[in-house]
Amino acid sequence: MTRYIIRRIASVIGVVWLMTVMVFGIVHLLPGSVAHMILGEFATADSIALLEQRLGLNDPLPMQYWRWFSGLLRGDFGNSLTMERPAGPILIEALGRSAILAGISLVLVAIIGIALGVHSAVNRGSSSDRALTLAQYAFISIPEFFWCIVVILVFAAWLGWLPATGYTPLAEAGVLGWARHLVLPVVTLTLGLIAHVSRMTRSSMLEALDSQYVLAARAKGLAERFVLYRHALPNALLPTITVLAIDMGLLIGGIVVVETVFAFPGLGRMLIYAIDNQDLPLMMGGMIVVTSVYALANLAADILYATLNPRIRYGGSAA
Amino acid sequence: MSAALALPRGRRLPRGLILGGFAIAVIVVLAVAGPWITPYDPDAFAIRERLQAPSLAHWFGTDDFGRDVFSRVLAGAHYSLLMGFGATAISLAIGVPLGMLAAFHRGWVDEAVMRGVDLMISIPPVLLGLLILATTQPSVAKTVISVGIVYVPIMTRLSRAVALGLLAEDFVDAARARGDGAVRILWREILPNAWPPIIVETSLRITFAILLGSALSFLGLGPQPPASEWGLMIAESRPFIEQAPWIALAPGICLCLLLVLINVVGEGLRDLLDPRMQGRGHG
Repeated sequence: MTRYIIRRIASVIGVVWLMTVMVFGIVHLLPGSVAHMILGEFATADSIALLEQRLGLNDPLPMQYWRWFSGLLRGDFGNSLTMERPAGPILIEALGRSAILAGISLVLVAIIGIALGVHSAVNRGSSSDRALTLAQYAFISIPEFFWCIVVILVFAAWLGWLPATGYTPLAEAGVLGWARHLVLPVVTLTLGLIAHVSRMTRSSMLEALDSQYVLAARAKGLAERFVLYRHALPNALLPTITVLAIDMGLLIGGIVVVETVFAFPGLGRMLIYAIDNQDLPLMMGGMIVVTSVYALANLAADILYATLNPRIRYGGSAA
Repeated sequence: MSAALALPRGRRLPRGLILGGFAIAVIVVLAVAGPWITPYDPDAFAIRERLQAPSLAHWFGTDDFGRDVFSRVLAGAHYSLLMGFGATAISLAIGVPLGMLAAFHRGWVDEAVMRGVDLMISIPPVLLGLLILATTQPSVAKTVISVGIVYVPIMTRLSRAVALGLLAEDFVDAARARGDGAVRILWREILPNAWPPIIVETSLRITFAILLGSALSFLGLGPQPPASEWGLMIAESRPFIEQAPWIALAPGICLCLLLVLINVVGEGLRDLLDPRMQGRGHG
């Protein structure tokens, strides 16, 4: 088990390192000079030379890479070109706000998704199961950016219950003001994922209910509640952990879109801002931060999976 | 060998598959014919008719430049199809041969391919797309290729797993005994038998490819204005969302409809081709 965790941590470090190579490589090896890209096509030769010198773009690429990478190791992400201040603190601040959004969404998705999935499986074929299946179909097919528009239209424009855009820190606005700005983004982020998770939980729960050990538990005369929650559910939840880890990737994609639409000052919006304004240090740093968070989340899911799964816990090797 | 795709005896095509397939065929025809059958020029400004509500003259209303939203939705349909089918075709074309070669050769080829796959899978899909699109001028082709590349690792992993299973079969041993080469065995023996699970996964991927592609366009990293890609149309409608919600609702509802239809067909294909899923409903 310890060995497995060490190996997984090593692979996380490897992935993040390879990502730094990829990000740097794509930004610097693509045709067209970086300075040209930043200054636009009408830049004068002088201004390009000046910028190239300022950014150290005339040095050999491995040296530039090492300068950037060793900076990252020290927590120095370079200076944002458009905001003229260190990119690191900007990114960390944005990451904190995105983490609030992602954390609340993930908890809601896990709780509601699993509860609905179990309900569907236990009441298989009932009218509520059929209604949920239909709803899952619909919700999986609706893109986040369209959801954003619909909820803004209904709850902000027509009903006027909630603010359409923006964010106020907890310390300034109090719990209510803070939460009011989170409701619509969280709703948009979670609907599709709840549909996905509940669907997967339903099918793994059905599989568990069909199994020999549930039959044995029932034959022993155990109470149905006990059979469901002690015997079937823990086994059904294992695949759900994997699904939640996969959904982290979708959640990150959703966050980029949702933050952009709701003008929520998080990491996703920062990334799009950096791309739109060709703020390379900010963009490269942002991508590394997002990859690291995603890799760590997957690591957490793997460890949780291994801890809960006796076959891995006692077997010593990873499945 | 090609009997794998034939209908098992006594089983009928699922109704959803027929209806969904028919509806998608209609959409494809409309999308291809789009540029010639739009009632108005989709890009023509008519400032005097701006922001008009849906009416008989303008079924889906007009946008902030007075352009006919119905014509624009029709003219933009091909982008979504291109992203869905084009990108998935790219990921199939790269992923399937790669996965099969890895399965056939094992050893260092397998190791190299699978480590590459692991790396790509540990990058969130949207980030991989952004990374490719961020540093170049956006265009339709680049979006399609980016989305295609994003899904290569999934196709590689799946076709490797399927091929590994098939390579243990007797008919592969027979082919080896005949002295057939790697390419011949993969092409003649493995591929025809590997299609069912790959087709099921492909139908799923098409939905995800359309979702990712239109999300990237929505963020401004796809076709550029005045293109009427549906995601882009929704993005451009945002300032007028209260005055003229139809500019966003028309392409949005069409997009959802297309995705639901593809999902229905995908489920139908899965019921038909994947014996493990049978009798489990939509589970």
